[in-house]
Amino acid sequence: MVFLSSGYYPCIQIRIQTFLKMAAYSLNINNQTYPVEVAADTPLLWVLRDSIGLTGTKFGCGIAQCGACTVHLDGIPIRSCTFPVAAVKSKKITTIEGLSPDGNHPVQLAWIEEDVAQCGYCQAGQVMTAAALLKKNSNPTDAEIDAAMSGHICRCGTYKRIRKAIHTAAKKG
Amino acid sequence: MNVSKLISSLEDGDPLVIEGKTSKVSRRFFMRSSALAGGGLLIGFHVMGKSKAELELLDENDFVPNAFVKINSKGIITIMAPNPEVGQGVKTSLPMLVAEEMDVDWETLIIEQAPLDINKYKRQVAGGSGSTPSSWESFRKAGAAVRHVMVKAASNKWNVPMEEITTEKGFVIHKNSDKRLSYGLLAKTAGDIALPEEVTLKDPKDYKIIGKRLGNVDSKKIVTGQAKYGIDTRREGMLFAMVARPTFGKKLTSFDDTAAKKVDGVKKIVRIENKVAVLATTTWAAKKGRDALKLVWEDESPLESSSGHQEIFKKNILLKSEKPIRVDGDIDLAFTNANKIIEAVFEAPFLPHAAMEPLNFYADVRDGKADVYGGTQTPERSYNEISKALGIPKENVTVGMSPRMGGGFGRRLMVDFSVEAALISKEANSPVLVTWTREDDMQGGFYRPAGMYRYRAGLDKNGEFTAWHMTATSINEENSARENSFPAGAVQNFRVDSHNLKSNVSIGPWRAPKHNFIAFAEESFLDEIAFELKKDPVQFRLDLLDRAKANEFGKKIYDVDRYKAVVKATAEIGGWGKQGVNGIYKGFGAHFSFNTYVAMVADIKIENGKIKVVKVYSVVDCGRLMNPLGAEQQMEGGIVDGIGHALFGELIIENGVAQQKNFNTYKMIRMADAPDIDVRFINNEASPTGLGEPGLPPIGAAVANAIFAATGQRMRKQPFSLQIASGA
Repeated sequence: MVFLSSGYYPCIQIRIQTFLKMAAYSLNINNQTYPVEVAADTPLLWVLRDSIGLTGTKFGCGIAQCGACTVHLDGIPIRSCTFPVAAVKSKKITTIEGLSPDGNHPVQLAWIEEDVAQCGYCQAGQVMTAAALLKKNSNPTDAEIDAAMSGHICRCGTYKRIRKAIHTAAKKG
Repeated sequence: MNVSKLISSLEDGDPLVIEGKTSKVSRRFFMRSSALAGGGLLIGFHVMGKSKAELELLDENDFVPNAFVKINSKGIITIMAPNPEVGQGVKTSLPMLVAEEMDVDWETLIIEQAPLDINKYKRQVAGGSGSTPSSWESFRKAGAAVRHVMVKAASNKWNVPMEEITTEKGFVIHKNSDKRLSYGLLAKTAGDIALPEEVTLKDPKDYKIIGKRLGNVDSKKIVTGQAKYGIDTRREGMLFAMVARPTFGKKLTSFDDTAAKKVDGVKKIVRIENKVAVLATTTWAAKKGRDALKLVWEDESPLESSSGHQEIFKKNILLKSEKPIRVDGDIDLAFTNANKIIEAVFEAPFLPHAAMEPLNFYADVRDGKADVYGGTQTPERSYNEISKALGIPKENVTVGMSPRMGGGFGRRLMVDFSVEAALISKEANSPVLVTWTREDDMQGGFYRPAGMYRYRAGLDKNGEFTAWHMTATSINEENSARENSFPAGAVQNFRVDSHNLKSNVSIGPWRAPKHNFIAFAEESFLDEIAFELKKDPVQFRLDLLDRAKANEFGKKIYDVDRYKAVVKATAEIGGWGKQGVNGIYKGFGAHFSFNTYVAMVADIKIENGKIKVVKVYSVVDCGRLMNPLGAEQQMEGGIVDGIGHALFGELIIENGVAQQKNFNTYKMIRMADAPDIDVRFINNEASPTGLGEPGLPPIGAAVANAIFAATGQRMRKQPFSLQIASGA
């Protein structure tokens, strides 16, 4: 990454006087190890976006209400905007960039097939939750989809296509 | 976008991702670009008119016949998308116009966000559903001109008349001699051929791309996390900033940043005007620093509240304005002669835009130059305002548009956030990405204004609807009304009065400005009149439209026949006429806005005292369909958005402070509340119109009228849900 190698991140300085001083973490993200040095209370979202440069995971609300920041932690969808980096420990993080090697996860393919996205901003989070849902329940009903996706907001109003895309992905398995 | 800076910050072998174009950076690329930027090379004949940013994107071997097309040495064709993409689909639909007339293979194209260049692209705005109508002619002509150049080049090369040459999917073909050559190969020799003065456009029956169901060009990038939004901007040396801003009516007296400075990662703290910006190495550090500021505010103007606004609204709606907005006939006389007058008052709350991508902007203002970049619906306005605010001449200002925006809905037509970023960068002498939290965004103003709208209708002794009087009042709007919407033109005595309440709460355009609420109010009121006259609401509208056609009742901005066609067709597909079948109640609404005719039937159920919109049927006349798939999406989106705001949307101001700050208190529609939607389009050949907005206005009334059918209760205030819950 250009961003890290440019060396402007002055993460090394440790200040004793602040209770949340920088701490070193080794994160397993998309099967790669990333060493980072950030304050322990930093939400995983900002570590991904600002420290590592994985900007596919989006910031929407910061209070776990909209789902734009959804990533998988050991396969379970979590809201990275309220999940402190210190709590990740050795768990495996999967972001939208690592959901599949070539963007060919059935959910990703279904999203393209059903032409779900309008502005597209919330869709990374929606895709991550949908992928986790199908792992647990390979053939969800409309009601099960609605329940699983209820933590997500799309102001463009693409819900109908999201629901359809999840059914399409389920068929493709 | 300052490409030279971007390029110089990259190292050999680093991936260079410029929208739509990924390649390994090589020293060669950089040197070629630099040579080009210095004017050392000439490409084709139009290069002289290219902006610096564009030149830096070019390869010396690129063939650039005009501002819309470039063909590289490998024959790869790029079509520029000049209009800002907020989710309305113009990055897909407008390049389709160029591609159609150019006769290229859509599947092999690269679509690239063009930089701001008004000289070339004229209108680079995402607003007023205007991209489509303003581009329909010019974009097709641009494509046809390139096709002409290709045919001419082939004609020269093969020494055959142009008339004998045909084109198909990026190839020129001479059937008689069985010759075939790709545009890519021809491009190398096409550089000397001048663009034609006039072009002949295709007969629509020959369209191969226009009218096809084509998916979002960025779909793959979106679902793999590769699509770039303004908030994803990352530049060398950039700091992340968060800003403390005043609430309405407040002014910054002083601040203490002792604690903020101690936050790890905080680098700089600067004050601009009434704001304090904290710049740090991460967004989180900037937020912690910002939250640690001790700020002292004082009242600059009286602190206002929504309840106070409503008191003034209530007085205003009883008054005629000094200058009525529209007067046809004489309502006073008509009301005096009326057998019955019915009246209803509709109330609109403030609404925040709540685009999913919170506001943000990147700026690098150093050494008398401003390089700004991000999501803006009006790049040109940012360009002008930043130049003015910074006192930097326009030639030293560069505005780049992010490849996508996470929604705009009108908020990104404002330029407060881009100007602010530029001022912060200048003060801090550092490149900076200013990000707003959701709370900042929701409290940041420029709302859909709150308002009150009083309607009176006069019915004479024969049961004829003879007078209509609207009195509108809202916040900071010179004209709070929409005076020419139907039934204007269908009623002989028609008057619109408007009052403005000046406020320190800022307002701005919000998806389908004014239409978004007024369509609900007037289409609900029409339902009330029909009920009073014991007429079927659909037939009542059709009769009124016939009256509009037969008479000259003042200005009429809609075409009666097109209006009637969508009303009739919607009633038909929506199964109009039967109420209460399986607990389903139907409501009707129609509206003409942004030159588009839309009618809707909403099917609702009341479940446990809650409104459930089960299905919406809609027929639309937006002229020729450029991309039916995109058109469907826009309509579906407008309907869902409209239902959500009608049922849940409300922002209340108390003592200058927005009470709803995030999605825990400001309720947005979610999947379970989104209905099934059946949208159809009238097949016609009128010039296409934009669909970013027209899909929203009619749905509120369709749902409200269905609620009346189900419960006998009139919804005259949004959001509806609260009234149902309180039984009011």
